[in-house]
Amino acid sequence: MVDLRAMTALGAHEPAVLTVGPLTITERFDIALASLAVRRGQDLTGAARAAGVPLPGPAQYQARAPYSAFWVTPEMWLVEAPFASHEEIAVHLKAAFGDAASVTEQTDAWVIFDLTAPDLALVLERLCNVDFRAAPEGYATRTVIDHLGCYLVKHGAGMARVYGPRSSAQSLLHAVEVAAASAL
Amino acid sequence: MIIHHPILGPRDAQEFVYLGDAGLINRPDGMTAGIEAFHDYAYNRDNPAGEHRELWYHEQGDRSWLVVTRNTVTHEIKKVELARDVARAQGRSK
Repeated sequence: MVDLRAMTALGAHEPAVLTVGPLTITERFDIALASLAVRRGQDLTGAARAAGVPLPGPAQYQARAPYSAFWVTPEMWLVEAPFASHEEIAVHLKAAFGDAASVTEQTDAWVIFDLTAPDLALVLERLCNVDFRAAPEGYATRTVIDHLGCYLVKHGAGMARVYGPRSSAQSLLHAVEVAAASAL
Repeated sequence: MIIHHPILGPRDAQEFVYLGDAGLINRPDGMTAGIEAFHDYAYNRDNPAGEHRELWYHEQGDRSWLVVTRNTVTHEIKKVELARDVARAQGRSK
């Protein structure tokens, strides 16, 4: 019998939790992701309401249970849900939206880090061009961190979630650690 | 240079990738338009000193294609539209 154990993006069996001064970096291994794109001429409003999937406007993140989502491009969102209950998130979404939307599994394409610090702007202003201080809560955008295309969602002045390419997880973590060490 | 994205507002030009003349939207039908029209489409570009409509890709943003009307002499940007809207207004992309 083959004994399979899931590995995190950093190659460990448990998600990483690191602290650099006041900054805490928490790898989120418990989130399932899928992209949701409206097919031409379709309207997802009704199905989204029925399934409890938020479809926020441009540059916004909206949290709901079990689904949360942020806008990535016109008529497309990245939807997340707890991995424990929604490991097959793409199947759940496909069932909810059918032929009105295209759904792609994204869980294993990204590494997710939660960053918390009393003043996170000090770190993020060294990492990317997002004006974190001025951005409203729930602001979601794509940006570049250390040459890596990432999504950044602001959950508060001291809390942000970064979605980076999973195959560059270690590089992204290194960039955050270096910026934090020099900033805080 | 700042590009005023129609959806996302002012964005640094470093987030974008430049493709070239917005006339690229008007690709002739390779089966019916004839070799001259397709050759013209593939290789011939004007190089105006002044107003120029060009395609920019918001690679480090929402990954949309934009049609930017820019003055190549002063770098003034007069208009930014979603390429999708421009193409649809011309009856392309259905």
